[in-house]
Amino acid sequence: MAQGQLLRVELPSDPSMLCVVRGAIERLTEAFGFSAPEVRSVTRAVDEALTNIMRHSYGGALDRRIEVSCLRVAKKRATNAEGFEVRLVDYGPKIDPAKLRGRKLEEIKPGGLGLHFIRQSMDVVEFRRARGANVLRLVKYLSPEGQEGN
Amino acid sequence: MLGGKPLQISMRALGATTVFDVTGDLDLAHSPEVRKALLTEIKEKKTLKVVMNMSKVRYIDSSGVASLVEGLKASRDAGTRFLLVGLSPAAREVLQLSRLLKIFETFDTEEAALAG
Repeated sequence: MAQGQLLRVELPSDPSMLCVVRGAIERLTEAFGFSAPEVRSVTRAVDEALTNIMRHSYGGALDRRIEVSCLRVAKKRATNAEGFEVRLVDYGPKIDPAKLRGRKLEEIKPGGLGLHFIRQSMDVVEFRRARGANVLRLVKYLSPEGQEGN
Repeated sequence: MLGGKPLQISMRALGATTVFDVTGDLDLAHSPEVRKALLTEIKEKKTLKVVMNMSKVRYIDSSGVASLVEGLKASRDAGTRFLLVGLSPAAREVLQLSRLLKIFETFDTEEAALAG
């Protein structure tokens, strides 16, 4: 697989696109060398991040722009593992970082689980505001076993 | 619809029980449909036992989980029962991750749910 950028797509903020992105992420992470549980995990994180953008950043509008980029990132020194990075960019209002905490799992109520799934799935979850856009950076590192087979 | 596979929900009445057969991905595109069907059956029709057959649900996200939790809360408020049947490994994994699996009555087969 080539170094650097692996995939870059723009999609409308239409929930019917979610299964398309899930399909692409599944194939890409399989090819990258992740195990089946890791493939499911990364796919779920990206799906949840897109869902949050569609619901909260764009308030349910179907025609706003979302950019999704997948990259192979530099090896992490400590573990010598390669990483799969997903960058999601939207042009909605600035997000209050305090709202990115998610809810306590002890509470039994609908909603608020998406961020929990994202944090549970990924090694790095970073949010920043840049040039009028919300940028979410997610990274998952290959485990040593996955790296051997890659 | 641009890229999504349509969700299919069919409904069977078996005495005082209603069984929903759901096929497809339970994500943001489709969970509102499931939520509406569940809440209509539980809150408006006040069906005593609602069984959700999820054996053909391949994927479920947080919005799908939220719909199930709403169904469960509505059934508790109404004093009725809401049961899940045939959870796929992926659906079970998501409910476990959210620590919500234990709050649902789950059964491997429809027969067991109907008898339970």
